[in-house]
Amino acid sequence: MSARDAILDGIRRNRPAGDFPLPEVPLFAPLVGEDLVAEFGERLKRMGGRVAEPGAADVFAGVRERLDAAKVIASAVPELTGNRDLRSVRAPQEVEDVDVAVVRAVFGIAETGSVLFTQDQLIVNAVAYLAQHLVVLLDPADIVPNVQAAYRRPEFGRSAYAVLHTGPSATADIEGVLIHGAQGVRSLTAVLLPRDAAERG
Amino acid sequence: MSVEDLNPREREGVIHPEVRAGHDESERAPDGRRLQHAEAASKPIRAPQTREPQPRGAKIRGDRPINQSEAAERFLAAPLHQAAHDERLWDLRKKRDASAHGIPEWEELRELASQIKTHTLSHLDRYLEQFEAAAKANGVHVHWAKDGADHNRIVLDILRSHGAKTLVKSKSMLTEECGFRHHMAANGIEVIETDLGERIQQLDNEEPSHVVAPAVHKTRMDVAEVFAKTLGTDPDNDDAHYLAESQRETTRPYILKADAGMTGCNFAIAETGTVVTCTNEGNADLSGNVPPLQIHSIGIEKIIPKVEHLGVFIRLLSRSALGSPITQYTSHFRGPRAGTEMHMVLVDNGRSERLGMEEFWTSLKCIRCGACMNTCPVYRRSGGLSYGATYSGPIGLIIDPTFNKRKYSTLPFSSTMNGSCTNVCPVKINIHEQIFAWRKVLVEEHQIPALKQGMMKAAGAVLSRPAAYRAAIGAADSALKVLPRFAVYNPLNTWGKKREMPDAPRQTFHAWYKQNRMKDTGR
Repeated sequence: MSARDAILDGIRRNRPAGDFPLPEVPLFAPLVGEDLVAEFGERLKRMGGRVAEPGAADVFAGVRERLDAAKVIASAVPELTGNRDLRSVRAPQEVEDVDVAVVRAVFGIAETGSVLFTQDQLIVNAVAYLAQHLVVLLDPADIVPNVQAAYRRPEFGRSAYAVLHTGPSATADIEGVLIHGAQGVRSLTAVLLPRDAAERG
Repeated sequence: MSVEDLNPREREGVIHPEVRAGHDESERAPDGRRLQHAEAASKPIRAPQTREPQPRGAKIRGDRPINQSEAAERFLAAPLHQAAHDERLWDLRKKRDASAHGIPEWEELRELASQIKTHTLSHLDRYLEQFEAAAKANGVHVHWAKDGADHNRIVLDILRSHGAKTLVKSKSMLTEECGFRHHMAANGIEVIETDLGERIQQLDNEEPSHVVAPAVHKTRMDVAEVFAKTLGTDPDNDDAHYLAESQRETTRPYILKADAGMTGCNFAIAETGTVVTCTNEGNADLSGNVPPLQIHSIGIEKIIPKVEHLGVFIRLLSRSALGSPITQYTSHFRGPRAGTEMHMVLVDNGRSERLGMEEFWTSLKCIRCGACMNTCPVYRRSGGLSYGATYSGPIGLIIDPTFNKRKYSTLPFSSTMNGSCTNVCPVKINIHEQIFAWRKVLVEEHQIPALKQGMMKAAGAVLSRPAAYRAAIGAADSALKVLPRFAVYNPLNTWGKKREMPDAPRQTFHAWYKQNRMKDTGR
């Protein structure tokens, strides 16, 4: 008998007796207030992320310092031109020298301060981890109230890769000292910037 | 590969310019608030700067019963480690409480999580088949492994067929269970752990001591010593930022060069064929997204039916583990990247058999948050390595004997039965009741030492007769007051070891009730 059949057989033989229906999962009242943008920002900050307001003339004014200090910028958004073209990358290892990656989030979650990316936004998935810093564009209209609402979105069922980022990479494995930049990015900054009208379709 | 093998550019990069010298405090928000997400302590916890050798774990001698209390005594004999460990884990427990109290529907979420798991486990064959079909439709190769050896053989075959020699791995308790790393080493495959805590343990040739914080039993001085020996860091620098940065910079070359990447699995969704991993370091995403070959090891009990159920578990997991609302990364791997291969290995290793154990099958609901360990007084004071098993703490006491009844026969006795583990469990496993059930099984099957058997018999005789119990309690309380110290604190009374017996109340509750309440109600 194949391992597969042996395992399934064992499970059927040992199946716990009883009728155990699958419960309905309610949406739950949001844990957050009405102002989703403010709630998102506050919670992202608690998870170590930053929120940069776009400037009137220069939408990247809030992250200018980081961008100006960067040698290699990989941009996956039309709002900013970087100097590393992600579409021409052949192997993920090629983005190891990226200082700043700029990506647009599909949506944000107010309850946790998280943002979602799929392979379509990242173009090269690894850039979101190998880059030293991450700048995330988020349309304030794309913020959902809580985790339960997020998991009703279609992206999870159709993306090869979907990931929620909540602030920068972190560890506290040594005496509980919190350190940003464990294996992934050292900082995550969200720029609240509406998608342009054309992109919204 | 060691630090010497790195090219000069890589070696120069070992200390990243962004590391601030002398900085030994946790990250702060721009407004100066001390941040508390990930495994962070809510206040600085720094072991005293006196060097104390790290106590080692239980001695393993084949199948012979683990002597947990002997290892625990050695841990207790290292007061600096013991205190730091206790304080650190209790801090996580308190953060868990604060986080849970912040959600009005917390109890409802626990109940839902428990019911979803009960449903899934009682229809596991159906959901596994659904998962397999969905994963295959997504272009994933699905394998089935009966046990640890099977798992290791399958992975080795995959690696060999791709000519792969190096593998970067994201922490996975299942692979610890399978002895994966040792098996790969014996077969010429280099496995590098990418989680900081797990990497510390790998470099020190120790197993993880906690399911979420693998090196929680070590002080920063212990880590400095391990890294100085293995990574060539400054032995006198025990700054946590410096040490973490050294690991980041020395691990990155392995990640970039690895032929394959491997992750464990927190949840597997039957509906979509998705593997979900929850990490704070981003190491699962690096393991899954950088090397050209991607492998996921999945315990068959990790299946949940649909994406919408994931919300329940994601909301519970990190809050129960660390007190933070979510991990930094919640990653959903569903299909291979263009031009690469993705493999999933579904591992049984005793799980289907446990499903048939009437008293113990609900332990399969465990989502490995570690909350029961953080709250357990025995775990906090004896250290996870004292259990001598992959799974330590209260949940380990139930799971370990299902792997080996003789070897782990003493573990169910390493509990005070205070029930705190059951109270914090996010999926409502009746942990302390199952620990008690194991004691009965082991006594009946004579798997426990004679001294403990005698004590159990005496306790059973007293506990089954209310009058005898009351007399015994009354006598014990009076005895505690009048007995000289040598009579209470001697080797025959294990409860007197390393702790002061509590002051006995003047009157037992039963006597007080009889005197005050029964009178009031006129009974």
